[in-house]
Amino acid sequence: MSAAAAAAAESVAAVAAREVSKAFGGVQALRSAPFAAAAGEVHALVGENGAGKSTLIKLLGGRLPPDSGAILLGGTPVRLSGTADAARHGIGTVFQELTLLPWMTVAENLLIGREPRRALGPIRRGAMAPRAEAVLAGLGITHIDPRALASEISLAERQIVEIARVIIRRPHILLLDEPTSSLVEREVAWLFARIRDLSAAGTAVVFTSHRWNEITSIADRITIFRNGAEVGTFDAIDEDEAITLMTGRRVEALYPPLPPVPADAPAVLEVANASLDGGSELGFSLAAGEILGIGGLAGQGHRELFLGLFGAPPLPRARVTVGGARTTIARPADAIHAGLGIALVPEDRKGEGLLLPLSVRDNLTLPILGRLSRLGVIRGAAERRMSREIIARLGIRTPGPAQPVGALSGGNQQKVLLGRWLLADSRILLFYDVTRGVDVATKHEIYELMMRLAGEGRAILFYSSDTEELAHLCHRVLVLRGGRIATELRPPDLAAEAIVAAAMRDADAG
Amino acid sequence: MPADPTSRPAAHRRRPRAAHILGQNSGLILAAAILLLSIIVFAGMFAVQQGRLPGDFEITSTVNNTMPLALAAIGQTIVVLTRGIDLSVGGVIDLTNALAAIFLAGSILHMIVVSLLIVLAGAAAGLINGLLVGLGRLQPIVVTLATLSIFQGLAIRVLPQPGGAVPAGYTSFLVNTNRPTALVFLALAALGWMGLRRSRLGVNLFAIGNDPQAAIALGVKAVRTRIVAYTIAGALYAVAGIFLAANATAGDATTGDGYTLTSIVAVVLGGVSLFGGRGSAVGAICGAFITTMIVNILFFAHIDPLYQSFYEGLFLVIAVVFGGLIGRLVRSGR
Ligand SMILES: Nc1ncnc2c1ncn2[C@@H]1O[C@H](COP(=O)(O)OP(=O)(O)OP(=O)(O)O)[C@@H](O)[C@H]1O
Ligand SMILES: [Mg+2]
Repeated sequence: MSAAAAAAAESVAAVAAREVSKAFGGVQALRSAPFAAAAGEVHALVGENGAGKSTLIKLLGGRLPPDSGAILLGGTPVRLSGTADAARHGIGTVFQELTLLPWMTVAENLLIGREPRRALGPIRRGAMAPRAEAVLAGLGITHIDPRALASEISLAERQIVEIARVIIRRPHILLLDEPTSSLVEREVAWLFARIRDLSAAGTAVVFTSHRWNEITSIADRITIFRNGAEVGTFDAIDEDEAITLMTGRRVEALYPPLPPVPADAPAVLEVANASLDGGSELGFSLAAGEILGIGGLAGQGHRELFLGLFGAPPLPRARVTVGGARTTIARPADAIHAGLGIALVPEDRKGEGLLLPLSVRDNLTLPILGRLSRLGVIRGAAERRMSREIIARLGIRTPGPAQPVGALSGGNQQKVLLGRWLLADSRILLFYDVTRGVDVATKHEIYELMMRLAGEGRAILFYSSDTEELAHLCHRVLVLRGGRIATELRPPDLAAEAIVAAAMRDADAG
Repeated sequence: MPADPTSRPAAHRRRPRAAHILGQNSGLILAAAILLLSIIVFAGMFAVQQGRLPGDFEITSTVNNTMPLALAAIGQTIVVLTRGIDLSVGGVIDLTNALAAIFLAGSILHMIVVSLLIVLAGAAAGLINGLLVGLGRLQPIVVTLATLSIFQGLAIRVLPQPGGAVPAGYTSFLVNTNRPTALVFLALAALGWMGLRRSRLGVNLFAIGNDPQAAIALGVKAVRTRIVAYTIAGALYAVAGIFLAANATAGDATTGDGYTLTSIVAVVLGGVSLFGGRGSAVGAICGAFITTMIVNILFFAHIDPLYQSFYEGLFLVIAVVFGGLIGRLVRSGR
């Protein structure tokens, strides 16, 4: 944006940033970046992992103060002292790293700060759940139990509660940092309907996502960030051009070709009598070199299946055969050491995978410390070499291997989690939404990596909240419905529409 | 497509309300169960040895002996809820106990004023902890370990030798020796707790303990909330110190030392999570009574008082292990 154009945009904008900079230690997250979003507009913010999107949103949302530059509301500079202050200015934010309080109920989380109260002030605790139920129902959400603890519901459900908490306050400025990262298509459609409602009522919406189809379907304008700087704002731009601007280079066609599964490939993982919901049972087998997709609507037991195969907690009564031998997987250590090694890359990197205060290196080498040590002493040189290699191979953007993982951008944290299991050299990989929050270029690298891993004869069980990925990256897709396999799709029938149709068949009837 | 795009096809099986209540209060329920069990065991041993059930006298003395611990445990609970820990309990009780033994005298009005001032002194001690932890961003365990020694030192300055006196009228008002009237104060504390649970401050305390970063992102003033938590805790320790003086009708500048440890024991037995964000004052009160009952049981089992702390520790370990197991069962039974 030219300076004059920036000034013009700023003066009419509901919310704007004027040349804001922000550094974390040695990392310059934002360099005098301009940004402006008008009332009634859906403004998408896109860029690679670590480009500074979340940092900008934290500045606009009052979570962090800028080092220099200013935040403007309706053309007037303001100093936001915190998120509560921002809320008083009509700003509501859904942060990338979710902020639900795990040991409080869905209702307490949803209504925090606006609990139903008696005349003299005390909160009516008994009225919380019914009120939450009504509020959620008003937004079209009936499947989330307001009495459950936040830690008891799935990540997608948590994301929905988080979004609901912000939009019921009807903010004038709504900041959404990757709100769709673990949502499936129907939930995304739900969110977009809510966004359209709000923007029609004059709310300025800032939205970030790494899924281009979402950007094109919801955004009125698109601002691209690279390396903490704004590189352009567009009313419309095609994907290739946008990616070139985001990455500074050309990235080729999105989905790489699948390596064929050899006809005689042995089954490395066989599952029978697995019950995901205590009722109906399912079974399947996964061959070496195969990528088997698991599709279906949210909450159909994918998570239970993936966690179960990793023993966290185990699937009751399931018969699991690994590399031809019956195996009992009662805990993650059993899975890691089972015959060929089973690795799980989970969705909730904050809660289930990473040790945020520890360094990138420590997080990477955690499962292979046994191999890395001699007589109980870790061989530092080998550890450093291996972690440097994997950082380079996955393009993890970090000042160095000693950086705490908690200080990396969301997408880069996800890469650390993935890198850990590549180092561990497991032969059976359970990839649960591994591209969650990962930028386009890195997604492409992960896709290629998956193909390479499959080509080497590793078996991959793959779940993605992005149905397109399932359709393009899998040899077969099993669609789950009500804890059973509803359909198995293979080429040429394997397409995103077919997966969605199979997943919803009796959702429409019922 | 149906109007609700997120609805699940399969009937969304909700857990019954009772299951939520049980699961979310398993710590408290366990504490109540252990308390009941310990009361039964005690009553049984008492009946066997004395030929009758424990009567007014035994109940009253148990209640009166537990009061200081129960109050200290409630204070500790408030701090622990914020992911903190308060080791200065013993020092604050020493100090306020000494002050009570020296200054409680004269007219009723005078005694009321002195009592309030002592509670304020306790609050001030807590405020110091809170400022160091909240503003100074220091580790609670280090801060309160340091202030523990400081308050203990001050207590010795105030009352170098055990002594002083508490007027009999004051004692019989707080800890009537014939009837367990002190339970009224515990009921008041429980009421206060219910009020706290329903206030902004209460929500903030729990939010910080659940996830400090998330709480700040939600607009909770974390520093202020921590300071208030330590301050309220300090005031409660002061009340404990006063009760202790009333019970003994005199003061001793070292009599509170043991409460640092026992308040933490009571909190853990009461199902309050040391990781913060989960627990209740009612649980802490149960925990305090369990601790007293254990001492009573050991007494009737003719166990040398020298081994008392051994058994207390043993019961604590058993309770914690047991509590962990039950928690896991409740979760996996979902
Ligand atoms: N608290 C922090 N401490 C240190 N560095 C940080 C911190 N927060 C962000 N950074 C760094 O600032 C840069 C920008 O991060 P930011 O989270 O804004 O990226 P992003 O565009 O949101 O990426 P993603 O798409 O992965 O979420 C990154 O290099 C990140 O490592
Ligand atoms: Mg981000």
